[in-house]
Amino acid sequence: MPFGLLKYGLSKSYPADPLIPPETELKSTYDLVIIGAGGHGLAAAYYLSRQHGINNIAVLDKGYLAGGNTARNTAIIRANYLTPEGVDFYKESMALWEGLSGEFNLNLLYSQRGHLTLAHTDGALRTMRWRAEVNKHMGVDSELAYADEVAQLCPQLNMSREARFPILGALYHPPGATARHDALAWGFARGASDRGVEIHQNTEVTGLKIDAGRITGVETTHGDISCGKVLQAVAGSSSLVAAMAGIKLPIRTIPLQACVSVPLKPFLDPIIVSGSLHVYIWQTARGEIVMGGSTDPYSLYSTRSSLEFKEGLMMHVLELFPFLGEVKLLRQWAGMADMTPDFSPIMGLTPIENYYIDSGWGTWGFKATPVAGFRMAECIATNRQPSLLEPFALDRFDTFLQVGERGAASVGH
Amino acid sequence: MKLMPCPLNGLRNISEFVCGGEVTEMPPAVTASDSDWAAYVFMENNAADVVREWWLHVTSGYWFIAERHTASDEILRTYPASELFPKRFDFEPLDDPTEDQGGSD
Repeated sequence: MPFGLLKYGLSKSYPADPLIPPETELKSTYDLVIIGAGGHGLAAAYYLSRQHGINNIAVLDKGYLAGGNTARNTAIIRANYLTPEGVDFYKESMALWEGLSGEFNLNLLYSQRGHLTLAHTDGALRTMRWRAEVNKHMGVDSELAYADEVAQLCPQLNMSREARFPILGALYHPPGATARHDALAWGFARGASDRGVEIHQNTEVTGLKIDAGRITGVETTHGDISCGKVLQAVAGSSSLVAAMAGIKLPIRTIPLQACVSVPLKPFLDPIIVSGSLHVYIWQTARGEIVMGGSTDPYSLYSTRSSLEFKEGLMMHVLELFPFLGEVKLLRQWAGMADMTPDFSPIMGLTPIENYYIDSGWGTWGFKATPVAGFRMAECIATNRQPSLLEPFALDRFDTFLQVGERGAASVGH
Repeated sequence: MKLMPCPLNGLRNISEFVCGGEVTEMPPAVTASDSDWAAYVFMENNAADVVREWWLHVTSGYWFIAERHTASDEILRTYPASELFPKRFDFEPLDDPTEDQGGSD
């Protein structure tokens, strides 16, 4: 039907459903300004407008909607962490994830395909058993699988005992999932816009006005705004924005790189991760193999890709899947990860009364997007630290109560 | 491959080195409070600028200082630590040893 298609394409009602309304001029005052229109900032705006009736909100971003780490992760969702605090938190995130496609009326391609964290040493196997027991205790579906079971769950894996690091077993997490990262951000953006939240792209925050320990306004490249409260959710730029508020953070900005191969016929169902080899691999619905490794060895504010990363990663990928040897890479990217010393986020209240922070997301931010937005919304609306976020407060570094999260991916522990 | 001009070993592949973090001033060992120490140990400037950092050449065990731009990754200058720390560092003794509550002597 070429004419029907042409008529549809040229009609005034196309596109029928723009996800977010066209941008308006910045108003001079808002109840809340959210710095950063990534997944986390948009999720907070969404839940504030939906759960708490706060909708006089401006979400500002120096770039475009969800163009930072929301677009630069490997879209893996799991709750099989090690610390009870972490497991509780990500468990709530997975519960929210499961309902989002329906809530947004937008297909997030949320696909629970099972997640295997491989163990190559007795020590790693012991940690997997520990994680499995903590998970089960907290009500998260995880179990230890030995080599024969791993071979059944993923027959494509090289289970040879001759490998440099033979696979001894794995932590098996059946609800481990993947999703469309951009659809998540658009879903939150549309849901928030529908309830009156304004999203302003290409609007960089250049300064914060603080008077007697309170934020009174935000200076932007499109003029000054006065506001009641401010939330910063800016991932790799966390230290720079917090410095405008006079707050120092225990964060280093370190690049995290990843890449995809050309599309292949579907062959890989579960998500395969190896903490010891610093590899994570899964196959998208399009057939591309998504591959990520460890963070870069030193801090850098850059999203460049490096040859060292690919060499180091492929060495281990080929050990797990030797038949990928002739497959070409299609795309590569990097995000700026805001790494904390204990591999746990920093969320909630700050020394400034009406300034809130959602940062320290390192390599574990995407899967936490719904719960981070949900609980930060609660924190902002009530001006209290929600109990789920108590362990992740900024002041834990003063009181030496860090949450050492050795279940975090792509970092050396 | 990115190269690091080591003051001892000359130009070497940067994968032979480990970054030891920014050069910052240590609080006074005896009088600093717990929160001073926490800030010194955990907090980071994390600036997007030229930063003075400790670097280690792993195989030769040699620590030195590099000035690097943390946005462009350009290494501007490297030099021996003795340029910044010409003297051996001695912790000042306690006036009254019974006052020591840190137990870190």
